[in-house]
Amino acid sequence: MPSHIKPPVLLALGGILGILIVASVIIAVLKRVHPDKNYVELTQRIQSWWVMIGIFAGAILLSPTASILFFAFVSFLALKEYLSLIPTRRADRRVLFWAYAAIPFQYFWVHEHWYGMFIIFIPVYLFLLLPMRMVTIGETKDFLRAAGTLHWGLMTMVFSLSHAAFFLVLDEEKNPVGGGAGLVLYLIFLTQFNDVAQYVWGKLTGRHKIIPKVSPNKTWEGFLGGLATTTMLAMVLAPHLTPLTFAESLGAGLLIALGGFIGDVTISALKRDIGVKDSGSLLPGHGGILDRIDSLTYTAPLLFHFVYYLHY
Amino acid sequence: MLQRLFFLFVVRPVVLIVLGLNVRHRDRLPSSGPAIVVSNHNSHLDTLVLMTLLPWRLLPNLRPVAAKDYFFSNRLLAWFSTHIMHIIPLDRQVTTREDPLAECGASLDRNQILILFPEGSRGDPEQFGTFKSGIAHLSKRYPTVPVVPVFLHGLGKALPKGEAILVPFFCDVFVGEALRWTGNKNSFMTALEQAIIVLAEEGHRPAWE
Repeated sequence: MPSHIKPPVLLALGGILGILIVASVIIAVLKRVHPDKNYVELTQRIQSWWVMIGIFAGAILLSPTASILFFAFVSFLALKEYLSLIPTRRADRRVLFWAYAAIPFQYFWVHEHWYGMFIIFIPVYLFLLLPMRMVTIGETKDFLRAAGTLHWGLMTMVFSLSHAAFFLVLDEEKNPVGGGAGLVLYLIFLTQFNDVAQYVWGKLTGRHKIIPKVSPNKTWEGFLGGLATTTMLAMVLAPHLTPLTFAESLGAGLLIALGGFIGDVTISALKRDIGVKDSGSLLPGHGGILDRIDSLTYTAPLLFHFVYYLHY
Repeated sequence: MLQRLFFLFVVRPVVLIVLGLNVRHRDRLPSSGPAIVVSNHNSHLDTLVLMTLLPWRLLPNLRPVAAKDYFFSNRLLAWFSTHIMHIIPLDRQVTTREDPLAECGASLDRNQILILFPEGSRGDPEQFGTFKSGIAHLSKRYPTVPVVPVFLHGLGKALPKGEAILVPFFCDVFVGEALRWTGNKNSFMTALEQAIIVLAEEGHRPAWE
C-alpha cells in the first residue's frame, strides 16, 4: 500500500465502491420489475458516477501529485464550460488565454506547498493583471462586465476548487489517521452525499419552497433533511479521516451542508441568468461539469479554512 | 498510417480535451459513403472536428474540399494537405475549361465522404456568409447522395482566422437531417441554407462581439 494512503482512506473508498454497486444493482432490479418505465437518465447518471469516481479514486491512490493534477483538470473543464456559457468579448480572446494559463500556476503553488502564493495569486495578482491586459487591448465597451465575469469565473472554478487540492500537501503528522487524502475524501464524499441527501429528502417530504425564484425544486424539508443527515455522517466519519474533534466535526458537517446548498443555488442562478437548464453535456445524466461541482465551489474553500485555522 | 497517428495523438486530444464538443443529433451523421457533409466555416478547426466526429474506420475516406491557392501555397503545407488531410484541392478562380468538380465527383464514385464549406472561406468569426452554389452542381450530378447539413458554433472563438493561439472553448455541433437534390438549383440552395439556419437556432449561443 502506498504510504500516502492510510487504511481508513482505503476503507472509505471501498465504502463508496459499495454504494455504487448497490445503486447499480437497484437500477438493474428496477428495470427488471418495471420494464415499461424509462430509466435512461438514471442509468446514465450512475454510469457517469462510475467514471467520475473511478478517475478520482485512481488519482487518489496513485499519488498526491496525480490528485493535484486531477483537480487542475477539473478546474480547466469547469472554467472552459463557464467561459463557453457566458457572453465573452471578441477582443478578450487573449485575456482568456491568460485566465486559462493561471490554472497550471495555481496548482503548481499547491504542489510546492507555497501557501502564501496559493492564497493571493488569483485574488490579488490575476485580479490586477487581467483588467490591465484588457486595457492594453483597448476595448472599453462592456469592460466592467468582462472584467467582473472573468474574475468571478477564476475565483469560483480555479481558486475555490484548488483548496480541495491543498489538503493533499498539508502536514501529514497533524492528521495521522487520514492524511491529506483522508481530508480530500471527507470533503468530496460529504459534499456529493449532501447533494443526494437534500434531493432525496426533498423528493420524499418536500412541501415548502426555499428559494423559488432561483431553484423552484428546492424545499426547506430537503435542505434541513440533508443538513441533518450530512452533519451526522460528518461526525461519524471525522475521527477516521480528519483531525477534527467531536464538536468541530459538528461544525464541519453544518458548514458542508449549508455551503453545498449555497454553491448549488449560486450556479443555478448563473444558469437561470444565461437561460440554460444544464451547463453542458459532458456528464450524461448529470449535465455539465458545473452541475456536478457547483456545491464544491463553496464547500472546498469553507471546509479548508475551517480545518486549516483549527489544526494547521 | 501517418494520418491515423496524427489524428489519434494530435487532433483527437485537441478536439476532445482542449476543446470539448457538445454534439446534438450525432446519429444523423453518415455512417458510410458516398455522402456530402456541409457546414458553416469559421476556423481551421471546423474540418478537424468534422473528421473527428465521422466514423474512425472511414478516416482515410474523408475528403475535405479546400482552396488550392491556400492549402497548396507551399510544399510543406501541400504535403500535409495531401497526405494527412486527404484534401481535394479546389480552384477558387476557375480559369481553364476543366471541370472544377471533377475530383469531387470521382471521390463520390469511390464511396468517399466529402466535407464541404459552401461559404468558400472562413469569413468573420461566428458570422454566417452566403453559400456558393458549387454544392448544388455537385448534388445535381449525384442526386441520390445524401447532403448532411451541420452547424458548428464556438470554433471561430477558439481559433479564428488570422490568430495563431488556440483558446479553449466548448463547441456546439448540430447535425441536421440529410437533404437530397430538389431538382432545382435555387430551391436546393434555399433548402440547404434554411436547414443550417434552423440548426443554428436550436442551441443557446451568447453573442460574440
